[in-house]
Amino acid sequence: MAIKLKTPMSDEQVKKLKAGDVVYVSGEIVTARDRAHQRALELRRSEIPVSFEVIYHSGPLVKKNREWRAISCGPTTSARFEKYIPKMTKKFGTKIIIGKGGIEAKNCVYLCFTGGCGALAARAVKRVKAVHWLDLGMPEAVWVLEVENFGPLVVAIDARGNSLFKR
Amino acid sequence: MKEQIVELIRRAHAQLPRDVVTALRAAYRREDGEIARLQLRNMLENIKLAKKLGIPMCQDTGLPIFYVYLAKNADRKAIEKAIIQGVKEATQKVPLRQNVVNPLTRKNSGNNLGEGIPLINWKFSNRSATEILYLPKGAGSENCSAAKMLKPSEGLEGIKEFVLETVKSAGGKPCPPTIVGVGIGGSFDLAAKLAKEALLRPINSYSKRGDIARLEKELLKEINSLGIGPMGFGGRTTSLKVNIEYAACHTASLPVVVNVQCWAHRYARAIVHGN
Repeated sequence: MAIKLKTPMSDEQVKKLKAGDVVYVSGEIVTARDRAHQRALELRRSEIPVSFEVIYHSGPLVKKNREWRAISCGPTTSARFEKYIPKMTKKFGTKIIIGKGGIEAKNCVYLCFTGGCGALAARAVKRVKAVHWLDLGMPEAVWVLEVENFGPLVVAIDARGNSLFKR
Repeated sequence: MKEQIVELIRRAHAQLPRDVVTALRAAYRREDGEIARLQLRNMLENIKLAKKLGIPMCQDTGLPIFYVYLAKNADRKAIEKAIIQGVKEATQKVPLRQNVVNPLTRKNSGNNLGEGIPLINWKFSNRSATEILYLPKGAGSENCSAAKMLKPSEGLEGIKEFVLETVKSAGGKPCPPTIVGVGIGGSFDLAAKLAKEALLRPINSYSKRGDIARLEKELLKEINSLGIGPMGFGGRTTSLKVNIEYAACHTASLPVVVNVQCWAHRYARAIVHGN
């Protein structure tokens, strides 16, 4: 049975997720890659324009006509951001990371979407709510996405540290 | 010709080669784990959706790489110009993600052009028409590639061990099931070139050389017994195919390069007539 989640999520809800569960996420998610993590950790908390409670490891392909629209926006390799994860959870209270490929960190719940499935992911993006730090370039900027039933995602690491990537 | 390049780029991103789709469908039938099947189902659905909408199946529209097989009287300068302008225009029109940055300042050029990029490999042919092959290479899989100068004494076993080690340490990162291109022999740079060119051979084909074809089969079997599976969640299919190209090498060396390609193995060809 697939689980439907809506952001922001309570700690209670997050703790209930078990490695191997299939979930669909609705609500706001925020993208971050190398450059965004670096800047977020450099700046003061008050200078950060978004909540990093749910981080999506993704560099979306977007196009602006009148408004920004997501064309293709699957996940990117989370392992590149491994070293930022403990710092992000500490500074921003990050509860959930959505990405692909696996991480070792156990500071937060890790959901995976199938890599390469950018068209499928974009179908779930109802609106690009905002973009910040576009000076970092399209992939590295922070995109605030409103998603509806984004998934199926797999809970790859749960709050107890159970991981599907451990073998 | 520029419009033809834009269309070539659009087609490569929206439609996977048929042999790759066939191999993914076979993998879906082969897997019995729930999560492995879910990954493959997403891939197959994504392929269908991208084709239907004519949009890039993956947001990582890659680093632009071209192979040009020049016809006898082809105008090389004109082709080069069309490719460069085509990439620039495709970035807006397809659209492509702006992927190309300076390696040190990390500043994004905004049009997928940069020093030495697009990478154009020039080849010569005797045909009357020029063929252009476009291979956008995503970073997730490219980052899992590796080169090693083996000692000749390490031989075949050393080669196999290095390929397996590379695939194993990549785990779920390169978006498995992958296609593994291997270059054996030549010089340090030739082995890398061969590893990438190995990816251009259809994945339902084997090397014409018996011993290399055998190695392709053996390696695929051993890779798939690692159990990494689709997206690293475990399963029978870690790679769809191992393709190997080789060249002669110095008596004192044995270069081996492994170029990993994601399941979204996008490439397409176009024929350019006249000049």
